[in-house]
Amino acid sequence: MDLNAILSGIDVRADWIGLRYVKENTGFRLVRDGNPEANSRESKQGLMVEVLVNGQFAYYGTSRLDRAGIQSAAEHAVRMATAASKFSLHSFGLEARPVAKGSYKSPYKTAADAFSPGELSDLLIKASSELKVSDKIVTTNAMARTVETESHFVSSNGSDVEQQYLMVSADYSAIAHAGSITQKRTDGGLLAKSFQKGMEVFNEAEVLDRCRNIGAEAVELLSAEECPTGTLDLVLAPDQMMLQIHESVGHALEIDRILGDERNYAGWSFVRPSDFGKLQYGSSLMNITFDPYVENEFASYAYDDGGLKAEKEFLIKEGLLIRGLGGMESQLRSGLDGVANFRASSWNRAPIDRMANLNLEPGNSSRAEIIGSVEKGVFMTSNRSWSIDDYRNKFQFGCEYGKLIENGKLTKTVKNPNYRAISNPFWRSLKKLGNRDTFEVYGTPFCGKGEPNQIIRVGHASPLCLFDSVEIFGGA
Amino acid sequence: MEKLFKQISKTITTELQTGEHLGLSISGENSTFTRVNAAKVRQTGNVDEADLGFNLIYAGKRCSGSVSLSGDLNEDLSRARAELKRLRAEVVQLPEDPYMVVPDSQETSMSEKQGSIPASDDIPEKILPAMGHVDLTGIWASGRIYQGSANSAGGYHWFASDSFSLDYSLITPEEKMVKATFGGTHWDQAAYESFLDESINKLKLMLLPPKKIAPGNYRTFIASAGVSDILSMFSWGGVSEAAIRQSESCLGKMRNEGQKLSELFTLSEDFSSGFAPRFNGNGEVAPEKTIIIENGELKQTLVSSRTAKEYGVESNFASEGEGMRAPSMAVGTLKEADVLQALGTGVYLSNLHYLNWSDMIGGRITGMTRYACFWVESGKIVAPIENMRFDDSIYSFLGNNLEQTTDTAHVNPDVGTYEGRELSAIICPGILLKSFSLTL
Repeated sequence: MDLNAILSGIDVRADWIGLRYVKENTGFRLVRDGNPEANSRESKQGLMVEVLVNGQFAYYGTSRLDRAGIQSAAEHAVRMATAASKFSLHSFGLEARPVAKGSYKSPYKTAADAFSPGELSDLLIKASSELKVSDKIVTTNAMARTVETESHFVSSNGSDVEQQYLMVSADYSAIAHAGSITQKRTDGGLLAKSFQKGMEVFNEAEVLDRCRNIGAEAVELLSAEECPTGTLDLVLAPDQMMLQIHESVGHALEIDRILGDERNYAGWSFVRPSDFGKLQYGSSLMNITFDPYVENEFASYAYDDGGLKAEKEFLIKEGLLIRGLGGMESQLRSGLDGVANFRASSWNRAPIDRMANLNLEPGNSSRAEIIGSVEKGVFMTSNRSWSIDDYRNKFQFGCEYGKLIENGKLTKTVKNPNYRAISNPFWRSLKKLGNRDTFEVYGTPFCGKGEPNQIIRVGHASPLCLFDSVEIFGGA
Repeated sequence: MEKLFKQISKTITTELQTGEHLGLSISGENSTFTRVNAAKVRQTGNVDEADLGFNLIYAGKRCSGSVSLSGDLNEDLSRARAELKRLRAEVVQLPEDPYMVVPDSQETSMSEKQGSIPASDDIPEKILPAMGHVDLTGIWASGRIYQGSANSAGGYHWFASDSFSLDYSLITPEEKMVKATFGGTHWDQAAYESFLDESINKLKLMLLPPKKIAPGNYRTFIASAGVSDILSMFSWGGVSEAAIRQSESCLGKMRNEGQKLSELFTLSEDFSSGFAPRFNGNGEVAPEKTIIIENGELKQTLVSSRTAKEYGVESNFASEGEGMRAPSMAVGTLKEADVLQALGTGVYLSNLHYLNWSDMIGGRITGMTRYACFWVESGKIVAPIENMRFDDSIYSFLGNNLEQTTDTAHVNPDVGTYEGRELSAIICPGILLKSFSLTL
């Protein structure tokens, strides 16, 4: 599609017009208990036509891609913007859509088509077999998901941005059952292994080795003690820190939430505009960055969907809140500093403030130093349950697998480990931060927010972390 | 779009080769969304989209796909043929699928529900002035939603419905909220303004000084909207036969260990309300009503034809994911006017938020209280409460601790829009609990 030619052919009276074309192919393969459960490919394409009239943006997302369809979409959007402009929450100008020219391409070694459907199915069948380490494994799942996305954004003020992504997610899981006990292990939490990488992710030897370990840990949990109840030290693996950062930092710092846009759905935030530059969010060990350029992290890109160039920024430095997660619209509305995170899930949704790559920077402690410093505590890994309040304060998270820490050593395995706390006190109790050797990168395809609802991809990276005196408990 | 779907399905199924079986589906919408914050327009727009789904079966193997539709027959036939070609190339490479089901339904159905909805550029003028000076945040969604199914055996179904909803929260300066949804198929300006006025009056209750309650077990009433959130959890690791068989269901204890819920709890899949179509993605038509839990006993699960084949049980033509498409909970005898008196002293919860299994196999759910939640003393509302986390098992709060259910079932429309606007609704009463565990 010659998007610039289409743009120049649109005949409407608007202060600004933007076109964002998105084509996305999502491949999904699932093998359960050695048999194919799903082999699918979803192919979506469409165009988001956005206009600015009298300070009000309006959009028309259409899968009709001929000139008449696009002209009609633009006319409809102009009528909607005109009608809504009598009731605008904020009157925007062109500064909300900065001029952007550039491109981005995901880094990868092996292209998506390097594996035939048959080859990838064979690998997943082998993975399913390796997961079944004993008769106590009653269900195995091996899953591969590939997403190829092309996005092209042009606008009447001269933006022209093309971005191409290859995103790969995989998960392998085993459910073990004996008597009345059932336990499940996955590969770091459901689809936590989500990256902007190629098919090199499916290295057979590495995949099968991981599967044997997942199966063995599921069986191990059957005979494990229940996680103890008490106020104890808590060591969280990076795959659980992903969820911890996401829920209790990321969503709380979204400026559109702080401005109240999400109060009817995802919720508000305990963070107020006046907190920036003043609120001690966590301990001095805490440094949170918005970093769109960590190699292979899931939500890397060069420009957001409003045309703002993506740059690495500190949001929290030495525990102090200094910057929010807000694109140009939120920055103009609030007067706060933000980042390039004005993102839409696809062509059929308008951009809103989203997380992208949001990371906890590594500290100085080795894994041995962290474990060795704990007299009595619990180590938890791989998220299995998550819930937090609409202000992002009171959370309760559960993990698949735990280990007691006694007198500086990992001892017994424990099942059903859970913890609950309140965001600021919890982050202020961060007392040791793992070094670069403990730092791991994860991601998830499933961050939900917005009205109408949008699911978007985010990346999170973190070192191993030790929190002081947390309320910990076991299962039902 | 029905004409387009019929033409594409007719053409493509006649082009199938020997041994090929095909299921086709369509889902689409032409929707207006107007997002409101502080009773002003935050974002507004329209989405016109449709996807054509394929399920190709050949030589005991199966693969599926979907493509976006443009609305132009020639272009869409070209896309459909290209997708069929891709699927043919793929299916032969795949391993055999022992549980795949060849679509054989020859049933047909047609349902078109015409509505009367304001034009998209009239919506701000219709909905915003009535909000007055109240801080209202929410989402207007309106327009046509459609779904269809066709297969190579001759089955054909079409379901289309016009509807609108304004799902909103009203907020006091002290950040206390009331939640409501005004929805329907035929716009009535006077009815809308009256409904909104009622919400604004409810908001006045939230102006009372809030009370902070300590973690503990409380007598609790959960209103219908909150109960619908709990029932939606039954579609995720709950009523699915496959989930029970694969040890991923909270109802495993009922099937395998004989556990029961309260005699007061009866849950059905009931399509009689007409909100959602009875046909699934394979064009199979579910019974109008399937009782899943009756007086606390597990009677039936939702069984797809694939699951039926794998485990040798009878299908009730559930969707592939075996989630509930038309959940309905039986009413009891507690009159709504008597709820506060019956509660006595305890907690009244209008809505819940962000539910998740804290222990799926144990049936334990955690989540938050949200919106209009009150402390009640001696049958009278005393104060709104600060939001609390709960963590309790269905085997407790829908078991021995379920004291009564109200005598009125409310319709809680699904206003979700992740994969497009939803068609379903959860119909349920409120529940009075002897004890409910609030933890943080």
